[in-house]
Amino acid sequence: MDYTKLTLHETKQALKNGEVTSEALTQAYIDRIGAVEPKLDAYLATTFDSALEHAKAVDKAGNAGDGLAGIPYALKDNMCTKGMTTTCASKILSNFVSPYDSTVYAGLKDAGAVLLGKVNMDEFAMGSSTENSAFKTTKNPWDTTKVPGGSSGGSAVSVAADMAAFSLGSDTGGSIRQPAALCGVVGMKPTYGLVSRYGLVAFASSLDQIGPFTKDVEDCAIVLNAIAGYDHRDSTSLNVPKVDYTQDLTEGVKGKKIGVSKSFAGEGVQPEVQKAMDEAVAAYKDAGAEIVEVDFNYLDQALAAYYIIACAEASSNLARYDGVRYGVRAKEYSGLIDMYRKSRSQGFGAEVKRRIMLGTYALSSGYYDAYYKKAMQMRTLIVEDFNRIFKSCDVMLTPTTATTAFGIGEKTADPLEMYMSDLFTVPVNISGMPAISLPGGLDHEGMPIGLQLIGPALSEDRMLKAAYVLENAVSFRASAKPALD
Amino acid sequence: MEYDIVIGMEIHAELATKTKIFCSCPTTFGADENTHTCPVCLGMPGVLPVLNKKVVEYATKAGLALNCKIANFSKMDRKNYFYPDLPKAFQTSQFDLPICVGGVLDIEVGGETRPIGITRIHIEEDAGKLIHEGADGTLVDVNRCGVPLIEIVTEPDMRSAEEARAFAEKVRNILEYTGVSDCKMEEGSIRFDVNLSVKEKGSDVLGTRTEMKNLNSFRALERAVHYESKRQIIELKKGHRIIQETRKWDDVKGVSSSMRSKEEAHDYRYFPEPDLVPIVISDEEIARAKAELPELPEAKKARYVSEYGIPEYDASVITTSKVSAAYFEEAVAAYHEPKLIANWLMVDIPAHLKERELTMETIPFGPSALAKLVELIKSGAISGKIAKSVMEKMFEGEGDPEAIVKAHGWAQMSDSGELEAIIKQVIEDNPKSVSDIATGNKKAYGFLTGQVMRATKGQANPQMANQIIRKLVEAQIGKTE
Repeated sequence: MDYTKLTLHETKQALKNGEVTSEALTQAYIDRIGAVEPKLDAYLATTFDSALEHAKAVDKAGNAGDGLAGIPYALKDNMCTKGMTTTCASKILSNFVSPYDSTVYAGLKDAGAVLLGKVNMDEFAMGSSTENSAFKTTKNPWDTTKVPGGSSGGSAVSVAADMAAFSLGSDTGGSIRQPAALCGVVGMKPTYGLVSRYGLVAFASSLDQIGPFTKDVEDCAIVLNAIAGYDHRDSTSLNVPKVDYTQDLTEGVKGKKIGVSKSFAGEGVQPEVQKAMDEAVAAYKDAGAEIVEVDFNYLDQALAAYYIIACAEASSNLARYDGVRYGVRAKEYSGLIDMYRKSRSQGFGAEVKRRIMLGTYALSSGYYDAYYKKAMQMRTLIVEDFNRIFKSCDVMLTPTTATTAFGIGEKTADPLEMYMSDLFTVPVNISGMPAISLPGGLDHEGMPIGLQLIGPALSEDRMLKAAYVLENAVSFRASAKPALD
Repeated sequence: MEYDIVIGMEIHAELATKTKIFCSCPTTFGADENTHTCPVCLGMPGVLPVLNKKVVEYATKAGLALNCKIANFSKMDRKNYFYPDLPKAFQTSQFDLPICVGGVLDIEVGGETRPIGITRIHIEEDAGKLIHEGADGTLVDVNRCGVPLIEIVTEPDMRSAEEARAFAEKVRNILEYTGVSDCKMEEGSIRFDVNLSVKEKGSDVLGTRTEMKNLNSFRALERAVHYESKRQIIELKKGHRIIQETRKWDDVKGVSSSMRSKEEAHDYRYFPEPDLVPIVISDEEIARAKAELPELPEAKKARYVSEYGIPEYDASVITTSKVSAAYFEEAVAAYHEPKLIANWLMVDIPAHLKERELTMETIPFGPSALAKLVELIKSGAISGKIAKSVMEKMFEGEGDPEAIVKAHGWAQMSDSGELEAIIKQVIEDNPKSVSDIATGNKKAYGFLTGQVMRATKGQANPQMANQIIRKLVEAQIGKTE
C-alpha cells in the first residue's frame, strides 16, 4: 500500500486505525520525494531527519491522526522556520536563517504535523510560473515541459505529485489558486485576516494571505481548521469565533444561488476551460442550486490596480534587504550607498527589481495621486462591486485561469502576458474575500483545468460546501493522476 | 533695514512607555548595545508591528495638555528611506492624518503673553544609533529603534530666541507634568528642530527658511537661533539669497553650517502602513484621558499664589519641575509655612543640589524633613544660621533634622539662667564695650551679641540674648554712675 497516494482524510483514518505509523508514512513520503524530486525540482530544502524524529514522537504520544498529528507536509519557503533557511527563493536571502517561527509553522508544529521541507516559489512570491526562483525551475508533474504556475509552484507540485500530504502557500494575487489550477489540486485563499501573516515574509502586506494546498476539498477544510485563527501578533488578524470547516461539508447546494459572470468568459478563455465551466453549471443545477447571472464590472481595472498596490507595498517591504544586518551583502563595494546598490543589484532577480521600480515610481511625489491613490480608489469600487454581487448570489463560479499550464520559458520574455495569467484571481485579493480553486477536468493534452469559487468575507464554510458538490460531480481525482511513474 | 525673525519648531519627545511602540522590548536608556531587541524591532523578514496602546493614550494626553483637538480617526504611514539605523528602511509615522491637530500654547516673555500655534502632534518610532568607531567601519545600535516618539509641530509664531526658548521650556514642562515623557535632555529624550527665516519688518512675505535639527539643550536652542538669525540678516544685507537647507549647529564652536540643501531632499514616498489598522479614539476615551490629566503648571502656579499666598515668582520657579512642585506641596502639607518652605526650595536646596551633582529626584531627604527643619526655626528651637548647618548634614545623609540638632548639641539656648551666666562672663571680659555704651556708642551692643553667639557656638536665642545683655549692661552702667 502506497500511503502517499491517499488523501489527507484517508491518511488520518489509516493512522487512527493503526494501519500505518507516522514514521512509516513519513518514510514513504521521503522515498517518494527521493524518486520524483529529480524530475520536478519542488523542494528547496528538506528536513528528513527532524521529520522522522518528529513522526516517531507523535507515534509515541499516540495521537497520530488527531487533527494534523503525524501528517507530513511542505511549507512555501517564505514562511519563517526557526533554525532553518527561509530564502523566498532569492539570492539575497539565500543564507537567511530565521531567529523565530511564523505563527502558522508554530501552530502546525504544536498540532504534531511533520515538516518534510520547504518548497520552491517565484522569488519573493512575484510571478505566475515559479520560473522566477533564483535556485531552480519547478516542473508541472502532468507534463514536465510545462510550468506548475506560481508563485506557490513548489507547494502545488508537492501535493499534486504526492510529495506531501498537504502544503501551505501564500496568495497575493492568485499565487495559491493559479498553481493549484495548473497542477490539478485544491488551493484556497482564505479571507484576508483569517490566517495570521506573522512570519510570512511580506510581498504586499494588504493582499498576502496564507492558505492550504490539498488533494481534495475535505482535506482543505481539515487544514483550514488548523491554520485559521486570531493572532495578537498580526494587527490585521480577524478576531472571529472559530469555525469547524469539516462540519456539514456534505450538506449540498440545494436552494443556493451560484453566480456566473460573462466577464470571466469569452475571448481569451480556452474553449475546454469554458466547457468545464458549462459542465460545472450543469452539475450545480442538478444538485438543486439556482444559477444567477451577475456582472463584475472591473476585471481589467482590478489587474491594473493590483499591480500598482502590490508593487507599491513591495517596494517598501523589500527595502529592508540592504545587506546591513542579514542576507547577502556584495563582496566588494566602496561606501554605504555603493554597498546598498551592489547588494541589491546582485541579490534581487529581474522580476523583483522590475516590481520594486514600478512600486517606487507609483509612490513618488508627483505620481502618487495618479497611480497609488487612484488604485486605492479602484479598490474601494471593487469591494463595493463584490458586495453588490453577493447580495444576489451565495458564491460566484469562475474559471481560475483562462488557460491550462503553459510551457516553461513560453511567457518569460513578456511580463505583461505573464501578469495576464492572474486576471481572474487578483480581484479576490483586492476585495479581501476568500476563494478556492478546484480541479474541473482535463484539456485535450491531459492538463488540469481549474475552477474558482469566490465568496463574501468569512464564507469559507459555505464555499467549501459548494466546492464539495462540484468535486463529486467532476470526480477528478478518481479519473486522473499525474503520469510520473 | 529692520528685520523680523520668524521661528517654527518641531519637538521630538520620547514617550515614557515601558515597552517599544510595536514590540515588547524595554525602552530603558543606557543598556548594552543591541540587547533591547527582538525580530520585530530588528525588522526581520516576516515580522509585523502591533501598536502599543499606551502610545495612543500618551499622545492623546500630550495633545490635550497642549490644547489640541484629538482626531477620532487617524492612521499610521510609512516614511521610506535608506539608512543603516533604520532596519525596516522605513519609519512608521503619521502623514496626512495625525492624532492631534490645532493646539495653542501661551508663553510669557518680557511681561508679554504670546499665543504659539501648534499645527499638529503625530506618533512615530525612533531610529537606532550609529557608532563611528575606528577606521574599519560603523557600528549600529538598534536599542532605540522603535522607542515611541511624538513630534510636535508649531506654526511659525515665535519671533525671538527668548520666545523659542520659553516655548521649548514650557512644552518640556507640560510633557513632564502629564507624565507622557521623562524629557531627559541629556539622554536625548526630548530634541528640538528649529525652522527659521527672517523678513523685512512689517512685511507679510515670509523669507526662505533653514532648519537646524536635534538641538538638545535650551542654551543650544537659544544660541543657535541667535546665530542663525544674525547670519541670515547679514546675508540679506549683503544682497545674498538665503538657501533653503538643513544646517548643523555646532554648540562647541557656536556656529551653524550647511548640511544638505532642499534640492537633495528625500522623496519619502509616504503611504498608509498596511500592517496596522487605523487608530480610532472615541469621544469617551478622549474624555477619560482629559479627566486623567494632572494639574498642569499654569494652574498649579495660580493655585500656589491664591491658596498658599506665595509670590508669583516663587510659584513659577517651584512649578518649573513637577518633582519640585510635588515636594513643595508635601512639605507644606506637613507644616504650613509655604513662603519659608519656598525660600529653601529656591535658594539653599538648589545650591546644594548643584554642588553635589544631585537633582530633586535624588535629593537625600524627603519633604517632611524639610518641613521639620522649617518648624524648628519657626518655633525658636534653632536659629536660621544653625538651620543652614542642619541642612548641610541632611545632605550628608544624617537624616531627621531634629536628630541632627540633638546629636550635635545645636539646640538653641532658651534657658535664661544658663544664658545669663554666660552673658555675665562676656560682659566681665569686655569692660571696654560697656564703657563705650556708657559714652553713647550703642554699636558696642552688637559686638557683645556677637561674643555671646560665639561663646554659645551660635546656640543662643539672639532675641533673648539681646534682652539679657541690655538688662545687665544697663544695670552695670547705673551702678558705676
